[in-house]
Amino acid sequence: MNKKNSTKKKAAWDYLRRYYPLYLMLLIPMAYIILFKYVPMYGIQIAFKKYNIFKGMGASPWVGFQWFEEAFGAKEFWAAVKNTFILNLGQQIICWPIPIILAILLTEISGSHGKLKEFTQTILYIPHFMSTVIIAGIMYQLFGATGAFNNAIAALGFERFGFLTNNWSWRGIYWFAGIWAGTGYGMIAYLAAIAGVNTELYDAAYMDGAGRWKRIWHVTLPQIKPTIVTILVMDIGKILNIGFEKPYNMSNVMVKEASSVISTYVYSIGLQAGRYDYATAVGLFQSVIAVVMVVGANWIARKLGEEGIM
Amino acid sequence: MNSVYDKKWSIFQTTMVLVCIAAIALTLFPVFNIIALSLSGKNAIAKGLVGIWPVDFTLEAYERVFGNKELVYSMFYSLAITIAVGVGSAFMTILAAYPLSKPELKGGRFCMTLITITMYIGAGTVPSYLLVKNLGMMNTVWALIIPSLISPFNLIILRTFFMGINKSLFEAAWMDGCGEWGCMFKIAVPLSRPSIATITLFYAVSRWNGMTDVLYYIDDKKLQTLQYQLKLLIDSFTIVYQPGEIAEEMSISAENVKSATILFSMVPILIVYPFVQKYFTKGVNIGGVKE
Repeated sequence: MNKKNSTKKKAAWDYLRRYYPLYLMLLIPMAYIILFKYVPMYGIQIAFKKYNIFKGMGASPWVGFQWFEEAFGAKEFWAAVKNTFILNLGQQIICWPIPIILAILLTEISGSHGKLKEFTQTILYIPHFMSTVIIAGIMYQLFGATGAFNNAIAALGFERFGFLTNNWSWRGIYWFAGIWAGTGYGMIAYLAAIAGVNTELYDAAYMDGAGRWKRIWHVTLPQIKPTIVTILVMDIGKILNIGFEKPYNMSNVMVKEASSVISTYVYSIGLQAGRYDYATAVGLFQSVIAVVMVVGANWIARKLGEEGIM
Repeated sequence: MNSVYDKKWSIFQTTMVLVCIAAIALTLFPVFNIIALSLSGKNAIAKGLVGIWPVDFTLEAYERVFGNKELVYSMFYSLAITIAVGVGSAFMTILAAYPLSKPELKGGRFCMTLITITMYIGAGTVPSYLLVKNLGMMNTVWALIIPSLISPFNLIILRTFFMGINKSLFEAAWMDGCGEWGCMFKIAVPLSRPSIATITLFYAVSRWNGMTDVLYYIDDKKLQTLQYQLKLLIDSFTIVYQPGEIAEEMSISAENVKSATILFSMVPILIVYPFVQKYFTKGVNIGGVKE
């Protein structure tokens, strides 16, 4: 018994002597992750408290679900939820097929015009690296009263239109910005999926006399279907997740009704108006639903992948 | 794939080439439009004459941008913190990715899980804001550097790369008396120079582009980054036009300055773009597939 214990101890000691430098390396990054990612989670409690800056988080009194009840009764809250939903859903419906189609077409030309494919990719990735401030600035220049889009409309003999001040046309511009900035990035996963298709399948289809379109339809598409379905399901799972920068930078005074989303609502009510507790509750509500949806989407995507229904 | 079989020029291929050209044109048009605006006279812009070519060519806008000391200062300041974040983040990421790339390390999986979880679950805007506030980083440059030091996404990319390095190299170094630190700095890091360069650029690009933290944490004008200054500039000049309404002289005259400033703040990205682009497809696929 004693002997066994001491050999165990010795093994542990040897292990530590061998590996302690690795733990030493991990020390700072892990301390960092815990301090900046996990410690703030302790602050989530103020969603259920009446937060008093002077008393601190721990000593502030509990109020139960008061802030959640207030949020559910607030018109601005539901407007923000609705806008988040509309902007994301529209984005997904409009943007979803474009990268798929482009990825298929690009792969089609790659044999004889490989340079053109590379060049197209290079150009299409550029907007992904631009800041939302720049993207918003560019869109405002394009669709403003004296912007290129209105200039074209005027040249065709129609009236100039305030695209940036109308709720629906502003949403359209928001989606267009998503297509402009996101198509190249969106293609990457599909290009990888297409590149992974077994070429023997194409050989077989060719032998059977399938033309280009038939090969795309009967080989490429079914082969990349799992990727398409996974990405679609994951995107739907993210429908309540909206970044802060894009809606904030794209927004203007005239379209507040359409552009106020959950993230900007949390900012204005929490950081601007200083209602930390209430804003934390709103943020918590959103993250809980978002996490449930993403995990659910993950599960569905995996299920569909395993069973191969789709 | 299919082009292997049909080598002849066909309507199909012509269509493909046209689609490519259309996609390129659609992507580049807004950028060329901005360039044209920045080089055009204010009256031509106000009359709605500018499309893809400058009208009433003038460099006035650029004179105003480069004459604006605050903007130029802001450019250098932003570059400095961008480099600081790139280097600091890369170092921290190497420090975490190297030990976590050793499958035999006890507790490594647990640490990896802790890190991966933060990709999906965060404390939220307000608690993170309160943390920065409680740490006394409000209105200091640290608020723009420290909170975003490690990105799990980049960590996964680098860890995957480290894991692909042949183990026998480490064993040989170990025999030669290299410790783990030696193995990291003399083998893992030099062998993954392209990956490290890539993640450094990823960090740098997102620091350069980000403005949320500036909005949240920084009031001092001297500490605000170029992107944030650009946002303020765009906001101050943008009169949201109603059709038929005559825009004010001031805002119209600013249109070319605004475009020039947008281009000005785009330059560093365009310079590093060729390097980032080279590796970023690979990075996205690794980050997406693993965990």
